Amino acid sequence: MLSYAVRGLTRRHGVGEHSVLANDRIDLDVRQGEVFGVLGPNGAGKTTLVRQLMGLLRPDAGTIMMFGRDIRAAPDLPARLTGYLGQDDLALAELPVATAVATTARMRGVPRAAVREVRDAILDELGLTAVADRPLARLSGGQRRLACVATALVGDRPVLVLDEPTTGLDPVARRAVWGALQRRRDTTGTTIVLITHNVLEAESVLDRVAVLESGRVIACDTPGQLKASVSGDVRLDLAWRHEPPADDPTVAMLAGLATTNGRRWTVRLDPATAREALGRLTTGAALAALDDFSLATPSLEDVYLTLGGASRDLERT
Amino acid sequence: MTIVPDARDASAILSALQPEPSPEPFLDPSSGPSTVPLPLPIPARLGPPKMPLATPFGTAFGAVYRGQLARSKVGRIPLLFVASFQSIGILVLLRGILDVDNTTAAGQVVAGSTVLVVAFVALNLLAQRFGALRAAGALDYYLTLPIPPAAVVLGTAASYATFAAPGTVITAVLGALLYNLPITGLWLLLPVVLLSGVCLAGLGAVVGLLAPRPELATIAGQLGMSIVLFLGVIPADRLPEIGRFARDVLPSSYAVDALAAAFQPGVDWSKVVIDLAVCAAVGIAALAVAAVTLRRVGTS
Repeated sequence: MLSYAVRGLTRRHGVGEHSVLANDRIDLDVRQGEVFGVLGPNGAGKTTLVRQLMGLLRPDAGTIMMFGRDIRAAPDLPARLTGYLGQDDLALAELPVATAVATTARMRGVPRAAVREVRDAILDELGLTAVADRPLARLSGGQRRLACVATALVGDRPVLVLDEPTTGLDPVARRAVWGALQRRRDTTGTTIVLITHNVLEAESVLDRVAVLESGRVIACDTPGQLKASVSGDVRLDLAWRHEPPADDPTVAMLAGLATTNGRRWTVRLDPATAREALGRLTTGAALAALDDFSLATPSLEDVYLTLGGASRDLERT
Repeated sequence: MTIVPDARDASAILSALQPEPSPEPFLDPSSGPSTVPLPLPIPARLGPPKMPLATPFGTAFGAVYRGQLARSKVGRIPLLFVASFQSIGILVLLRGILDVDNTTAAGQVVAGSTVLVVAFVALNLLAQRFGALRAAGALDYYLTLPIPPAAVVLGTAASYATFAAPGTVITAVLGALLYNLPITGLWLLLPVVLLSGVCLAGLGAVVGLLAPRPELATIAGQLGMSIVLFLGVIPADRLPEIGRFARDVLPSSYAVDALAAAFQPGVDWSKVVIDLAVCAAVGIAALAVAAVTLRRVGTS
């Protein structure tokens, strides 16, 4: 069963010459019970896509089916089936965390008698119990985001659509969110659609990922398959203590291939060449200039760049 | 697989590089810094989920009301005083000008000042609130919950009204004492405040939701409040022709008239009922328009 079947989804923002094609003929299938990610840089059209999935934006063209039903014919479907986390939280900002969670639970139809238990369970699960009585606006950015995640998760919907749930979270809170999502997926078969521009998040929690670039889906598969499909290359990162000797043939070869950021070089090479180059660097004259290096198998960032992605604002940590 | 050197010992580095990269290195759980377990297989084929019901109006209203009431009470208690002081100030000011023996005019001044407290909250504050929610894109929160939009408007209005209600009682009682009016009919305050509240809250929400910028919502709300003030407090027979027409069009005038009747010795109940019915009808219409506007503005 498909939670979402999206076909030809197109949406333009603005009119005339300043208009932007935010989503361009997007086709996607999100299976029931999977953690589906939408990865892309800022401005790729991720938020436009999920706002359409929630019925908050009307597509210019294309259809969105939810469990086999067109959401245009049943506009209340997304609100009934889905827990949604948007980017803005002004509606909740002045509410104490516990009240925000409890009232959201009531609005999702949790019986009055069960609200307290449901609320306390989710606050505990996400580590928010200590700040339960504080208004969201008085929390740190990360805790505030976490409280919003709690409101999206409460009330156990069969689908969760989360727009960058872990932005601004510290690593402990981020893992708490990932754990909470996986528990729901594993125990109740919750479908999760998750926007991210964090490569680590994409590789850690997603079953499948759609890579978005300028409103188009440039790839959609499991993170492993995507990495395997684009390239067998490895990434060699070099950090130089000072300018490397330009007359060294290995340095000259790498300099021609590298993308540089100050004295940091990133070179994509086949594994054998990378190993040889690194061997020569670390035994030759260039060693004195070399401060640090790492050799890594492809990440989803490499997939994104290899597929023609142009932006550099994907997060790695 | 990531190899990061700890030491600059070339032989150690090279020996670390010896093994061929695994054909599927990314399936190695040790490959990344994450300790989160890799995704488990997708659960066996699931049937379509049980469709959650839409939340009934009463439950949604209660939840919105309770949530809004919890919003920093500290910030809103001063508003309560501002709303009342404004009306009490007008009462005191006009006491020096008006002929107190003219109970019709006196009753209208007191009723107008009382409804002004409602207008301050329902028109002015609600327009500001919905204007700010729209500008921040925060309406998404409500629109993605399975609740009727009217519950959002009414629940928010009711929470503001809770802070305004004592102000209306204080204004009406103080006005009656200042102008030597009977207070036996003051129970009418309850339906008047309730119905004019729904009416003006609906209008306030529509104004706030339709304003393209939050500053415009604020200006429009304050302008609306000023109109309610002038047309409500100035006795109808002293208004010019155009003013009387505007007064007839303004729904809050009917609330003022109904409450003004309570201060008169012989109450024309049929007229009071008609006035309240007009308020109720406009209130329901305004609320319906606000609910449609909320959905339309939030889902562009």
